[in-house]
Amino acid sequence: MVAISVDPPSDSQHLREIAGYSFLFLSDDKAQVIHQWDLVHPHAGIDGADIARPAEYLLDSSGKVRWVNLAEGYLVRTRPKQVLQAVDSMNLAGK
Amino acid sequence: MKRSWNPILWGGFALVLAGIASYPTFFIRFPVTRDFPWANLLLLAVAACMLAVGVLRAFKRPEAYRGKVSGSILASLSVLLIGFFLVSIFYIARNLPASKNAPRAGEIAPDFTLPDSTGHAVTLSSLLNLPFGTNNWPDTAAATGKTSGAVLIFYRGYW
Repeated sequence: MVAISVDPPSDSQHLREIAGYSFLFLSDDKAQVIHQWDLVHPHAGIDGADIARPAEYLLDSSGKVRWVNLAEGYLVRTRPKQVLQAVDSMNLAGK
Repeated sequence: MKRSWNPILWGGFALVLAGIASYPTFFIRFPVTRDFPWANLLLLAVAACMLAVGVLRAFKRPEAYRGKVSGSILASLSVLLIGFFLVSIFYIARNLPASKNAPRAGEIAPDFTLPDSTGHAVTLSSLLNLPFGTNNWPDTAAATGKTSGAVLIFYRGYW
């Protein structure tokens, strides 16, 4: 499980510490990956910075996308159950 | 007859304020009331009825109830505030880019290398086959001793 945002590493580290998250946080602070993946929400951050639209991906071991969720609004989030169902269906489909 | 205070007007207006303020401060914390703001819409509907009753009785029975002027002002303000709330939730929050070129199911995800929260460079492809336990991966990992894949969560940042 990997969380990706445009926050600098120190902000993500702070978030991990206060929230007690153990999973990996990656810092796309030049917005390079969200541009590459076309997941930019332009000028929506503080001071008009480009940030990510909410998006969740499930990749298999070959790097193929097995499931993707692009929410219709930024107030809507994937629920953990949806991701777990996607993982289950990937395992049932045989890796 | 003494004209009485028209409390339902003020109560309705207070409920409009509460119905709007409770979304970012309270109802946003729960997925059921956040994804669709039905709890807030319910509060605002009740508030609108209270205001309507208050304004109607101020105008129909002005000899008994006060509130022609204050009621009109409060009702207009409420319409503006409710409109602002609806536009924020149903238009602005949903006005996301189409992301037409984002990787779709079945496609190979573009690889990338980014620093983790301690500053070490991490490459996506190196995360896809890790010994079990390093990437908190369930079922298949436990069975095979390896992880197979990753869940990526692009989020808007922490502030």
